[in-house]
Amino acid sequence: MRAVPAVTDWEVPRIPLGERFSELVGWLQDNLGEFFDAISEGLDSAVTSLAGLLTWAPTWVMILVFALLALWLRGWKFGLAALVGFALLDGLDSFGSAMQTLSLVLLAGVVAVIVAVPLGVLGARSDTASRVIKPVMDFLQTVPQFIYLIPAVIFFGIGVGPGVVATVMFALAPGVRLTELGIRQVDREMVEAGEAFGSSPARILTGIQIPLAMPSIMAGVNQIIMLSLSMVVIAGMVGTPGLGADVFEATTRLQLGAGFEYGVSVVILAIYLDRITASLSAKSAVSRARRLAGAA
Amino acid sequence: MVSSIQVEDLYKVFGRRADEAVSVLLREGGSVDAAVPGTTAAVVDVSFDVRSGEIFVVMGLSGSGKSTLLRMLNGILPVTHGRVYLDDVELTAMSARQIRDMRKRHMSMVFQHFALFPHRTVLQNAAYGLQVQGKSKQERLERAQESLSLVGLDGWENRLPEQLSGGMQQRVGLARALAADTDVLLMDEAFSALDPLIRREMQDQLLTLQQQLGKTIVFITHDLNEAMRLGDRIAVMRRGRIVQIGTAEAILTAPADDYVSEFVRDVDRARVLTARSVMDKPLHAVPSSASPEEALRMMHHQHVPTVLVVDEKGAPVGAVREPDATESVRQGHSTVAAAQRPVTRVQGDTAVSELFSAASGPAPLAVVDERGVLIGVVHQSALLAALGEVEHAPDRAGPEEGR
Repeated sequence: MRAVPAVTDWEVPRIPLGERFSELVGWLQDNLGEFFDAISEGLDSAVTSLAGLLTWAPTWVMILVFALLALWLRGWKFGLAALVGFALLDGLDSFGSAMQTLSLVLLAGVVAVIVAVPLGVLGARSDTASRVIKPVMDFLQTVPQFIYLIPAVIFFGIGVGPGVVATVMFALAPGVRLTELGIRQVDREMVEAGEAFGSSPARILTGIQIPLAMPSIMAGVNQIIMLSLSMVVIAGMVGTPGLGADVFEATTRLQLGAGFEYGVSVVILAIYLDRITASLSAKSAVSRARRLAGAA
Repeated sequence: MVSSIQVEDLYKVFGRRADEAVSVLLREGGSVDAAVPGTTAAVVDVSFDVRSGEIFVVMGLSGSGKSTLLRMLNGILPVTHGRVYLDDVELTAMSARQIRDMRKRHMSMVFQHFALFPHRTVLQNAAYGLQVQGKSKQERLERAQESLSLVGLDGWENRLPEQLSGGMQQRVGLARALAADTDVLLMDEAFSALDPLIRREMQDQLLTLQQQLGKTIVFITHDLNEAMRLGDRIAVMRRGRIVQIGTAEAILTAPADDYVSEFVRDVDRARVLTARSVMDKPLHAVPSSASPEEALRMMHHQHVPTVLVVDEKGAPVGAVREPDATESVRQGHSTVAAAQRPVTRVQGDTAVSELFSAASGPAPLAVVDERGVLIGVVHQSALLAALGEVEHAPDRAGPEEGR
């Protein structure tokens, strides 16, 4: 009879997961501090020079360049919309910040694609790799965005470094998933056809699987870019420059008007990036072949 | 000399405990299901030879293991147990690199759903095998062009596969395999996805091409009519095992078991059976020097209304009917020559379906061999019987069928 209260009193002991994690981070910082500093400086100078490049020409020239790119990729309607959109950015005095944000997104996006596509390929080729990669991606995608900033700040200080690193981590998952999915969805017979004529696995990958998976991979790139933008804005909290820093400042000072203007600027940039990368995914191997065959 | 393929004791079992299942099957034989739980035996104890230059058809319903079997011949699927030889080289002992090399040089494949690359033009698709072989661009485009001409696709080189009809797409698939210039061709249900008219056309084209090219072809199908039309020999598969291997006629006239005879029930016999298999032995022929009396005597003796007349080499020269012979006797002719009428000659390998049009009039058809020597006769009634039950078809020398 006396055993009953003992059972109800029992509870799971406090598990010091947080302590262990901070110990790990501390250890990494102590031992690899210089390595992280070097990365941070490298990222900083990369973003600075990219932003410098984007603001080197007069603003109206850059607005025209963005509009022409939109025109070329999607036609005159989107070209006109881009012209109006970027002019509006300039009118809101946020063109410079937008270019900084764009530089961050491009850099983080490129790094994320470089990491994500090979991981996706690996996952598609090996079920074991896939079983390891999937939960890691689930984790990266579902951890709240802000949590990335804490270790990022500890490792990389404040500024561009933690912003880019946190963004890469956060934006990785859809690129990996959609690459793996795209490659796995290539018709089994198509791969067998490659095998039956004696192609090596590498040749099948580059000549058959990746070209045919391209629409899916490009959808992944689109997702990477969009998530990058969302994370880069959040990274304003840790001093990453650009629209994010402006938004964060307006938020902390409760400046309603400025907050609205920066919000609109983010939306304009987001729509532009989404449409541009989405139109890239339409330029798959099959559709290119289609255009060529149509021209012949 | 094109290659031949030997398959010895081949097993393919799927599942984690595949090897265990094979050893149980090897030790105890018996049922596949009973082997090891969690495993699926797709191919069980299969052995056969594909002779150089023949079309070897593997026929079976879906799930009988025929496609799995085909994929073990070129190593796309590893075997669980057993050996595959190309000529005298064991494929099942090769490294991955060696087997890729073997495929480049000796084996190509045609797929059920064509498996054309949608991002390559028809010409680039046809050139794929040559590209993998490392041939120069000019050579591979030239040879791809040649094989496209061979299958009748001139003028379509720069289209994409999706712009072609199903039949044309499979021609590209065939051209891709032919351009690779391998002596073995594996065809996996190659015509099954096509509608019946196109299918027949493709079968004809394959047979015509085969006469020119003389490749060793392994053809998988679930369609018995197709198997009988194309196959020099046919292997019938059921639940992973081969239940019978033989020519179309052998399978049709002497099915190995109830399963096969059930299977062949619906086959179009007229196209498979030949004059040789439905003819009667020429029991009633007389030399052209014989008298009309001798001819009449033979008719009465054999209970037939007609006898054939053969020359000294044994070639049929005519037929004599009873009323004519009687008339000839009355007129006192010394030989049957005056009474004989012309007779239709057919080759032994003529299909029964073609005999119907040849057999006009009451006279039997004279079946001759390659040298023109009489080897049998086909009465019209025998033709009809051949289309009926299997038991009635072969070697039925029944004089009562004469009228």
